[in-house]
Amino acid sequence: MPKRIETGGATVTFTFDGRPVTAIAGDSVASALAAAGITRLRDSVVSGAPRGIHCMMGACFDCLVEIDGIPNRQACMTLAAEGMTVRAQQGAVSVSEGGRA
Amino acid sequence: MTRNEAASDTLVIGGGVVGAALAWGLARAGERVTVLDDGDIVLRASRGNFGLVWVQSKGANMFDYARWTRRSADLWPEFAAMIGEETDLDLAYEKPGGMHFMLSETELEAARARNFAMKDVTGPDDYGAEIVDRHELDKIFPGLGPDVIGGSYGHHDGHVNPLKLLRGLHIAMEARGVRYVSNARVESVAKDGAGFAAETAKGRFSAAKVVLAAGHGTTELAPALGLDMPLRPEKGQILVTERCATRLLPMPTHVLRQTDEGTVLIGDSHENTGYSTASYTPVLTDIARHALRCFPALAALKVVRSWGCVRVLSPDGCPVYHASETCPGAFAIACHSGVTLAAAHAMELAGVIASGSFGDRFAAFHPRRFSHAQAH
Repeated sequence: MPKRIETGGATVTFTFDGRPVTAIAGDSVASALAAAGITRLRDSVVSGAPRGIHCMMGACFDCLVEIDGIPNRQACMTLAAEGMTVRAQQGAVSVSEGGRA
Repeated sequence: MTRNEAASDTLVIGGGVVGAALAWGLARAGERVTVLDDGDIVLRASRGNFGLVWVQSKGANMFDYARWTRRSADLWPEFAAMIGEETDLDLAYEKPGGMHFMLSETELEAARARNFAMKDVTGPDDYGAEIVDRHELDKIFPGLGPDVIGGSYGHHDGHVNPLKLLRGLHIAMEARGVRYVSNARVESVAKDGAGFAAETAKGRFSAAKVVLAAGHGTTELAPALGLDMPLRPEKGQILVTERCATRLLPMPTHVLRQTDEGTVLIGDSHENTGYSTASYTPVLTDIARHALRCFPALAALKVVRSWGCVRVLSPDGCPVYHASETCPGAFAIACHSGVTLAAAHAMELAGVIASGSFGDRFAAFHPRRFSHAQAH
């Protein structure tokens, strides 16, 4: 399990699937989740296999999560913010003529 | 490294869709084949293309090309099934027909005229493209934007996952005994005794025959074998959306296609920027704007990637197949539509190459047509 090498500093709290996660200000959502021991962020739309953090630099699109109701956001490229609602993803997004279903 | 001095029946230079389809076909014809491929950094049209198996409008300027395209589309179902069986891989090939959207009366009239001009191109076998009006389109594509006034539906069109096709061909050809050598950029290839020899970064390879199928890499190697391969680069850029569970598109269109895995591919541009594969916002903006005119609902989907890729085009856009007159046994094959023509390349052209000569086949695709054009 990943371990923080820096501690201290201001903290922010968000939820992942309803569970509170404490991050240090400046953490990406992905690093905060990793520090909290959360590694399964979604299931592959194609195979159903679990997916999590891989590249940590915005290239691989493996760490997609739903943040504040918007799916497919890159956890590694999004700063953790106070009060965020983060959810693991199952399945692909749907759209209708009016937008996202 | 001299251990590669092993004779094959045929060296295929180029491991993209064209080279791999030919290598598979040659192995199927009983040949011992070696494929010499370059590294990952080369242009690789096989990895950047859109994945259409497209018949309508192809060869409007050369009916032999229209017929050859149709032949390949007819062979595609059997070809996809064979590669699928030999590899346990689903190529995600579908043949629901394809639609070319028309956004102006001028476009619609041009398509009507083209379909009429080509209606007898395959003889009694129906050409299979028809104009459909907006009312018909609404039944096929719910949610179509107001600017689309009609379309041209091609019965023989389809699409495939081009990356799975490339992977499938590689697995299938190696299962048939083809030797595949990567990072073996061919520095030169020339006649060598009764056959041919290629000098590569991984040593020397020789064979009785040689097929150049290296896309833009072919042009430079061709003259030493008495082959002529006039090609020009043309960039296309593509946008890809996040995966979408909703089946937005029941069939591919000429600029939009939804893959088996749910993403929507949005193309395409035609740019003259040399061999650059850079992807730029202004062109991508135009591509996105056009796609939204066709399908406003796409605005709800996030774009996750974009890329540019360089098409392999001859001066008239049609294939160039050249069997060397001065070095019999040397061939060069280049075309824009390596995916569409993959079935015909694998199941027919490879057999002709295995025979050692084109005979009277493919005269229309000979590069002499370009020197004639210059003479005028």
